[in-house]
Amino acid sequence: MQIAFLLTAATDAGARLAALEKSVASAQSAGDNAWMLVSAALVLMMTGPGLALFYGGLVRRKNVLGTMMHSFFMMALITVIWAFVGYSLVFGEGAPFIGGLKYAFLNGVGAAPNADYAATIPQSTFMVYQLMFAIITPALISGAFAERMKFSALTLFMALWALIVYFPMAHMVWGKGGFLNAYLGGVIPCLDFAGGTVVHITSGVSALVCALYLGKRLGFPAEPMKPHSMVLSVVGACLLWVGWFGFNAGSALGASGLASSAFVATHFAAATAAFGWMLAEWFHSGKPTMLGGISGAVAGLVAITPASGFVKPMPALLIGLLAGVFCFWMVTAVKRKFGYDDTLDAFGVHGAGGTLGALLTGVFATNEINNAPINGAVAPLGAVDGHAIQILYQAVGIGIAIALAAVGTWIILKICDALIGVRVEQDAEREGLDLSQHGEEGYYLEA
Amino acid sequence: MKKIEAIIQPFKLEDVKEALKNIGIDGMTISEVRGHGRQKGHREVYRGQEYNVDLLPKVKFELVVPDTRLDEVVETIGQAARSGKIGDGKIFVYDVAEAVRIRNNDRGEAAI
Repeated sequence: MQIAFLLTAATDAGARLAALEKSVASAQSAGDNAWMLVSAALVLMMTGPGLALFYGGLVRRKNVLGTMMHSFFMMALITVIWAFVGYSLVFGEGAPFIGGLKYAFLNGVGAAPNADYAATIPQSTFMVYQLMFAIITPALISGAFAERMKFSALTLFMALWALIVYFPMAHMVWGKGGFLNAYLGGVIPCLDFAGGTVVHITSGVSALVCALYLGKRLGFPAEPMKPHSMVLSVVGACLLWVGWFGFNAGSALGASGLASSAFVATHFAAATAAFGWMLAEWFHSGKPTMLGGISGAVAGLVAITPASGFVKPMPALLIGLLAGVFCFWMVTAVKRKFGYDDTLDAFGVHGAGGTLGALLTGVFATNEINNAPINGAVAPLGAVDGHAIQILYQAVGIGIAIALAAVGTWIILKICDALIGVRVEQDAEREGLDLSQHGEEGYYLEA
Repeated sequence: MKKIEAIIQPFKLEDVKEALKNIGIDGMTISEVRGHGRQKGHREVYRGQEYNVDLLPKVKFELVVPDTRLDEVVETIGQAARSGKIGDGKIFVYDVAEAVRIRNNDRGEAAI
């Protein structure tokens, strides 16, 4: 009888242990999912209203709605493409350069986690979180062709750009079996925590191609084209800063210590980059400006993006400072020397800052911060871990991103130009995009 | 009747209004305008792109007074709007052919 009692107790303990494990897993899943849903919302907020306000304030008054539309419309357009094929082409297993159609029409994407990417959250959370990145990336490009692109051409351009540039690049870096995926069977292990190559280099380089292809705005640079509302831009940039916590800390894919580390790195880099840009212009032209401050902050956020989940706080401060000064130089001296009209400096900030950040990731990444196993074991990451060859791997990733973005964008522009014509008529450009493309005005103060 | 058009510094608006009120001038029209005379503008820099802003914000007063009060009013506006620096503005005086009060069809000085 005593033995029977002990057996019962043991079985009982086993059952209770299993129940306990189940409730612990469920608690972790609940915590992670809560943070990831918030992060997804934060990243969407970066596009609308963040980027819409930031870019909208920097253009002339007659183009404010047209410019905001470039960001806002991505929230509609890219979402549909993502649901049909985008998510699958990025995260479905497939070739090294593009994913397969396993998840087309979100087939099989539901409450069950996808253990390849994020084992503790529903795959639908992971899917919608990644969608927000696909939305903001093409929106970033629009800064380069602001005030002169035809809206019908933009619609086709953005749809093709997602398919030809973004989905392949995102698959290469983040998709299982992607060519550059450091953790899931890539050939070249490129470290990109939250999208330095995928988001910022692709959008920045594509922006430069667009600026060169479309040509300068009428009257540039002789006519004054001052930002019509710096106030809107400051509000937008600060929303970007806040939203970026979802972008970078959310890329930990859980409410973990790594998320906290990425949060800190992100914030620190934004701070020193704002500082660096303002100091540079203070020395250069005598006054620190509000526009310099917010441009610097964005440059720092861009540069820390690939590094955010790999670096300690002090290197994050340094990465930000370098990005602030470097991007200031890019949008002032370099842009003036070559004379291209990258209207809102999408290339000077995202292309340049993203490249700098991706390279510095190879320098400062350390497994003291991110000990996720590579091929089953914790491996040294960047040069500070004694793994200097990582800088070369980063350069390969950067090179692929630049080549794909440049060639892809040029082909897409050719197609759009042949079918629709990419640039508005001269009269429409003088009238402004708000009236000529959308038939409405941003401000009607007499009403 | 004379029309006085005074273009002044925006920050002198309240001083001029107050001075006119003190000498019993109630009617006036004010608009925000931009312009420059000898005053040079200022430089603005946006991401390294320089703009010389030479049309500066000013406030324009328009009021019509009887001939007898002209000198007094011009003197009052001049004193109240003067800071002694370039950019203080100008006062112009015109002859007025007729004035009509729309409400009751008063004519001439009775209408102002």
